[in-house]
Amino acid sequence: MKVRLLYFARLREAFGTGQEAAELPAGVATLGDLLDWLRARGGVWAEQLAPGRAYRTAVNQDMAGPEVRLQEDDEVAIFPPVTGG
Amino acid sequence: MKIVVQTEPFDLTAEVVALYRDHPGVGAVASFLGIARDRSDGEEVARMTLEHYPGMTERALAQIVDEARARWDLIDVTVIHRVGELRPTDPIVLVAVAAAHRGEAFAACAFIMDYLKTRAPFWKKERTAAGERWVDARESDDLAAARWTERKAQG
Repeated sequence: MKVRLLYFARLREAFGTGQEAAELPAGVATLGDLLDWLRARGGVWAEQLAPGRAYRTAVNQDMAGPEVRLQEDDEVAIFPPVTGG
Repeated sequence: MKIVVQTEPFDLTAEVVALYRDHPGVGAVASFLGIARDRSDGEEVARMTLEHYPGMTERALAQIVDEARARWDLIDVTVIHRVGELRPTDPIVLVAVAAAHRGEAFAACAFIMDYLKTRAPFWKKERTAAGERWVDARESDDLAAARWTERKAQG
């Protein structure tokens, strides 16, 4: 399954990229699975997405939790808690 | 309803006037203006950069305004949020709400700002003498947003 990943603000800087096209391996079905898959890259990925770190996730531009099932061509965004206004 | 994310400044008077000029039923416009400050957490801020998530930002703001319109009887709403580089005394955000009476206008304006602070995907990065730093989200903003859920639950 192919998805588009977007990173913003502190996470964009830490990961060194704002977006990537990812081909997910079989077994990565939910947003939670995707986060596990990204953590398995190690380094800044494991560090920034570690349990207890503050970040938010959205699927197709709606806030989403780890239980959400991913579909082909989904846009998945990971970003810090928001600080606008 | 007008929801805009832009780098340019906006004209406060023109935006407020546009909310009542063609609506004789408007009896109140409440507006909130958020402004870039020169201090944050005890440090002097020279400038800030606002980043956002194009697409989701507009969508999140529209959902927040829709929720406000479901809670209160509103005639029109304008939300303008700036992004890019801003300096102290630059306006950042305008929320203006037109209603028949002030109660709805005041409440909806506060509600939209509280939700914007916790749900709209904007991020501030400040430049201080010590360098650049991303602003951390504040628990007080989460509490401010949560009070609207409690009020609804109390009916």
